[in-house]
Amino acid sequence: MSNIVTRMGDGSMLEMSEKELREDIEAGIEEAVDKGGVPPLNQDEIEYLVELFKRKERIVGVEMGNEVILTYDAATLKIKRHSLFEDRVNSLAIYERLLGADTTELCHVDYSYKMLKPIVSYEAGTLEQALSVTHAPMFYGAMPNLGLYTQPDGPFPNPMELLPQGKIKEGRAAYDEMVASAVEDIVFIAESMWEAGADGINLDTVGASGDPDFKASLLAVEKLTAKYPDMAIEMGMAGEFVLGMHGEMYHEGQRLAGLYPTEQLKLAEKAGVAVFGPVVNTNNTESTPWNLARTIALIKPCSEAATIPVHANMGMGVGAVPVTDYPPVDIVSRVSKAMVELCRLDGL
Amino acid sequence: MGMAVAHAQASGMGGMRTAGDLVARLQLSKKMRIGQAKKYVADKLGVSVVELSDPIIMSEVRADNGFGIMMPLGKVPKGLECKFNIARKLDLDINCLNRFKARAGLA
Repeated sequence: MSNIVTRMGDGSMLEMSEKELREDIEAGIEEAVDKGGVPPLNQDEIEYLVELFKRKERIVGVEMGNEVILTYDAATLKIKRHSLFEDRVNSLAIYERLLGADTTELCHVDYSYKMLKPIVSYEAGTLEQALSVTHAPMFYGAMPNLGLYTQPDGPFPNPMELLPQGKIKEGRAAYDEMVASAVEDIVFIAESMWEAGADGINLDTVGASGDPDFKASLLAVEKLTAKYPDMAIEMGMAGEFVLGMHGEMYHEGQRLAGLYPTEQLKLAEKAGVAVFGPVVNTNNTESTPWNLARTIALIKPCSEAATIPVHANMGMGVGAVPVTDYPPVDIVSRVSKAMVELCRLDGL
Repeated sequence: MGMAVAHAQASGMGGMRTAGDLVARLQLSKKMRIGQAKKYVADKLGVSVVELSDPIIMSEVRADNGFGIMMPLGKVPKGLECKFNIARKLDLDINCLNRFKARAGLA
């Protein structure tokens, strides 16, 4: 009998029987164990998920006392994305005083550190204004985005053109130059924003350009925390494993390509990160029970191993949230509750 | 935006409606995990950990301590004024306050 209503990874509705639900949860766990080398969820955790998806309520939530802290990447950008032409200082006040945000984040519409260099003074001034009229801790955030460093947008040859020509050495050399340049940009902007009074710096979507992107972020964090030991840096990842675009890039003796959340966390912690944001990408051709079980299996060991707060990424297309601009509240609230309670997260 | 609201309702502490912003400060400034951060704030404020997420109790605690409230009309602390009260009560350094004091000749 198909009486459990849930959704696919693209958000479309789906009916399943309890048997099908259990099969999807077990298959999701198996995928995580196989690919991520993590332990499977135990029987109690599987039963928790089965009961969660059997519930008929439209909205569910964590037990009282289990609430966590929410951080928001690109917060002011999300107001603008809706064609709401609200000033950014007011946008942040709206986040804290209308939406009950625990933290806020000022950002520029071109959300990459490289693009901020010519306008850093304007950004610092806006940050100072925002800090004077709001109350919640405020991040300044952007992405390392190494994709902007290759010709014609940037100064370096494009490894994606060099590698297919067999120019492996030249491609890797280009990546090395891109890393050095990105570190310089991230450090320059983060220093400016810290000196303007930011409570934290967010390095968002780290690893989007693979292992060089992660390497640049780790080096930048090391430089920044050596100079400013009190600087709180959040590192939010781009994917569940680090793509090997360079392939032979190492940090602290660890090869970066192919690292899953727990190993990513350990390097981030050692570099000096204050809040780590692991990611598991949503597969839109599988069901939400499959995606959620897989996500929990991959992120739970990361949270257990952490000594710093872990805020899992739970935006559209990650953390078992469906790949859609309009994530349904029935699914968002279910994955939100399960991730917090089973992974014992510190935030989202 | 709809997703952020759904997460806030399902799992969030509630920000300035409760003590979410205060607990967040401990995560950032002292790298405390959620349990430790909540206990630190609860102990400093003399409330229980569960009460930290209760808007009824916390709105009174926030008003009494000048931490900032959701509807800050006249004659109540706002913005930087609240941050001074938060830093003092929670025994925290707040970056923008230190910058403010230095620039205003108050350091």
